[in-house]
Amino acid sequence: MVPLWMYLAVAAALFSLGVFGALSRRNAVAVLMSVELMLNAVNINLVAFWRYSESSTDLLLNGYAFTAFVLIVAAAEAAVGLAIIITVYRNRRSVIPEEAAALKG
Amino acid sequence: MELNAISIGFVVFTIFTLGGGIGVVTTRNLFRGTIWLMVSLFGVAGYFVLLSAPFLAAVQILVYIGAIAILITFAVMLTRSVTRIKTRYIRLVPSLIASLALFLILLLGVTVPIFGGVSPELAPETVASTRDLGAALVDENGYVVPFLLASVLLTGAMIGAIFIARDDTD
Repeated sequence: MVPLWMYLAVAAALFSLGVFGALSRRNAVAVLMSVELMLNAVNINLVAFWRYSESSTDLLLNGYAFTAFVLIVAAAEAAVGLAIIITVYRNRRSVIPEEAAALKG
Repeated sequence: MELNAISIGFVVFTIFTLGGGIGVVTTRNLFRGTIWLMVSLFGVAGYFVLLSAPFLAAVQILVYIGAIAILITFAVMLTRSVTRIKTRYIRLVPSLIASLALFLILLLGVTVPIFGGVSPELAPETVASTRDLGAALVDENGYVVPFLLASVLLTGAMIGAIFIARDDTD
């Protein structure tokens, strides 16, 4: 078996890539894609901890079911997020997050 | 770590996941970025197979590659015609420093036993199967309440997305 820390290291690298993209990209769609990368890194962590934990001998399913719910919430988040991006684009002709500042005080 | 099918699969899926991730955050053409995102998500699905969660791998491919990536492709195409973004990045150097520092801290946290000792990582031989998950999702001592809440959330998100993106000018 591959040791647990290698899964965690890959997930850390993927999460850091997502953080970099979310902080630095100028296009809102690219920011949303980076957020999806971060969610996937978290999912790798959850499944890896579930697989390597003692509790899975008792056929407990906490990590497994939690990952499934994270997938559901990610799908909802992507749908609403893209709808917001398309609406902002239609109103302001821009997909740059800094320019959607109508609610700024 | 001996050389066997799982190790080789781990290396291959690592190349898929991280290579795709690098493609997502560096490519200039967002359509290509979507393809890179699909590659990365496919690598994550491979990890789920290696971690004996085949149902999650199937859901990952169906929901992420089949639905979310297609949705992002639509968004890229719907917003690209007037989009003239000259630069790919803002705050490039601070973001690079911050994410590299985060990666180093996380790597230190998972490899060096700072937060308690590292257990001898022996994965259990038998794990719960997809049949167990299906039974637990509708078991009243299991996950039936979050399961129903997830259904309500998906319905609400669908209605909300339609309402937000509706063109009400005509």
